[in-house]
Amino acid sequence: MSVFVIAESENKTLKRNAGEVSSYAVALASKLGVNCTAISFNADNADVLGQFGVTQAINIKNAPLHFDANYYASAIVKHVQSLNATHIVLGSSADAKFLAPILAAKLGAAYVPNVVALPTNYDPLTVKHTAFTNKAFAFTQLNSECNIIGVGNNAYGNIESPVACSVENVEISNLVSNLEQVSIEKISGKATIADADVVVSGGRGLKGPENWHLVENLAEVLGAATACSKPVSDMGWRSHDEHVGQTGKPVSTNLYIAIGISGAIQHLAGVNASKIKVVINNDPEAPFFKAADYGVVGDAFEVVPVLTEKLKAFKAQR
Amino acid sequence: MNILVCISHVPDTTSKINFKDNQTVFDTTGVQYILNPNDEFGLTRAIWFKEKQGAHVHVIHVGTSEADPTLRKCLAIGADKAFRIDTRAVDGTSVAGELATFVKNNPYDLIIAGRESIDYNGAMVPGMLAALLDIPFVPNCVGLEVNGNQAIAEREIDGGREKLKGNLPMVIGGQKGLVEESDLRIPNMRGIMQARQKPFELVPAQQITAATNDITFEKPLPKQDVKLVPAEDLDQLIELLHKEANVI
Ligand SMILES: Cc1cc2nc3c(=O)[nH]c(=O)nc-3n(C[C@H](O)[C@H](O)[C@H](O)COP(=O)(O)OP(=O)(O)OC[C@H]3O[C@@H](n4cnc5c(N)ncnc54)[C@H](O)[C@@H]3O)c2cc1C
Repeated sequence: MSVFVIAESENKTLKRNAGEVSSYAVALASKLGVNCTAISFNADNADVLGQFGVTQAINIKNAPLHFDANYYASAIVKHVQSLNATHIVLGSSADAKFLAPILAAKLGAAYVPNVVALPTNYDPLTVKHTAFTNKAFAFTQLNSECNIIGVGNNAYGNIESPVACSVENVEISNLVSNLEQVSIEKISGKATIADADVVVSGGRGLKGPENWHLVENLAEVLGAATACSKPVSDMGWRSHDEHVGQTGKPVSTNLYIAIGISGAIQHLAGVNASKIKVVINNDPEAPFFKAADYGVVGDAFEVVPVLTEKLKAFKAQR
Repeated sequence: MNILVCISHVPDTTSKINFKDNQTVFDTTGVQYILNPNDEFGLTRAIWFKEKQGAHVHVIHVGTSEADPTLRKCLAIGADKAFRIDTRAVDGTSVAGELATFVKNNPYDLIIAGRESIDYNGAMVPGMLAALLDIPFVPNCVGLEVNGNQAIAEREIDGGREKLKGNLPMVIGGQKGLVEESDLRIPNMRGIMQARQKPFELVPAQQITAATNDITFEKPLPKQDVKLVPAEDLDQLIELLHKEANVI
């Protein structure tokens, strides 16, 4: 029996969520009284997983540089077998959600995504996860010899417990990809909705795309990602990948600031997992206030520029 | 080209979610079911392939007769034939297993499922299905072109897009972007009448064992009242976010 954690990387360095999944896996292993091993692909700094209590890591150094789900899954399967891994932990990024079902089918493993806490029971293994787009939690039992847990973004947090981590760099051979990357477009230097600590989101209340500097300026001060409600992307004011909610991207960030968004049930379902929600809306009856932690009843065109300036001053002092 | 679209039947997005029998069973009282929005984008793209490239479009659902109206809707908006694998769907593993057996016996060039179903949000079935069939899979798909034996599919990634190329057969996890919201179709009278004549086949299930089972459910705790800050005193908001909420 052992725990295996998949630490994602990009541009040869571990991604931010590697800390969270490792923290979870280390805690799980200690509850089970077994070893925890990490696996990474082309990560030059796999040893930093030691910060989160991981003592051994396997780094595959000749994998395709861009994430390749089928190839990565095949590589992981080999190591799962040689380590006799019974529990696999990974994250909830787009790549993790791509990989996990393929891995589960290849291993005949049970898989539950969007898990929000350590198991509530270890035998049989039972986990709590979000369901019905954050309108409820389900407690689900995993009944296979090997079980895969997908930890929700920001659901567990980083828990530091520094140890030395020994990294074994390995090369694998004879694996094939079944997809070829034609191109990749990625905004650089800007926080993404999946990764950011703060997301600033705008709705139809902002009247038109020409007013989005309000959202962008506030986001810039906070190092935040920008997002929008569904009608805003449907009307083409903003691109599709900013659409958040039940039918868009899920948001589970530390701080979500909603500007001129009414708080329709489909919008809330997708953003409710965020820890703190701030709503700026000129209608005191807007349903979003019922789901918010802090609210400002006021005209976004007046409130947001002032808030942005004040935050700039606040950040500058620190 | 033969396309199979996997259909999920889910509570309407405005549904109130409640549980019964000691919080062990989802309470469907008063819940209206709809075609899963992500599947609808996929189906609409499949119908585009039918109209522009002469594809045949079949739809399939693993579940009970409760979903039959949803399958009829798919026929009414343009699918040629519907299948229902007759069993109660338990988890992603069992649904993907049923679908894989079906596709092994009835090969398709392209299998389009939704990115995820909006009830359990597992995003499991399409990837598992592809792995069971050992064919390529592209999730979160926002663009799809087919040329002969090859498909180019674009997927949304965190902070961008990636274009991938692979051979058919392939499995797609579709979503908005595959077609636009305005491309979605509402069944018209003619479509509804035609749907009655279209083949609808029940397929016996393999009774594949599920890998997981839900024990109980819980609703999130009710939210505390919002703290309102006057628009003239935004310093107070910053103070609260900094000292009380610890988020800036
Ligand atoms: C099947 C389905 C799926 C859906 N999925 C999603 C989804 O994933 N995500 C999503 O967001 N929506 C989704 N919706 C749409 C949802 O129901 C709402 O229509 C949408 O969220 C409303 O967007 P909004 O809040 O930007 O616009 P509105 O509802 O028009 O709200 C605009 C708000 O701005 C406020 N406002 C106006 N002027 C100002 C001002 N000067 N200053 C401050 N505030 C101002 C108004 O008071 C109002 O509250 C879905 C709907 C359906 C049917």
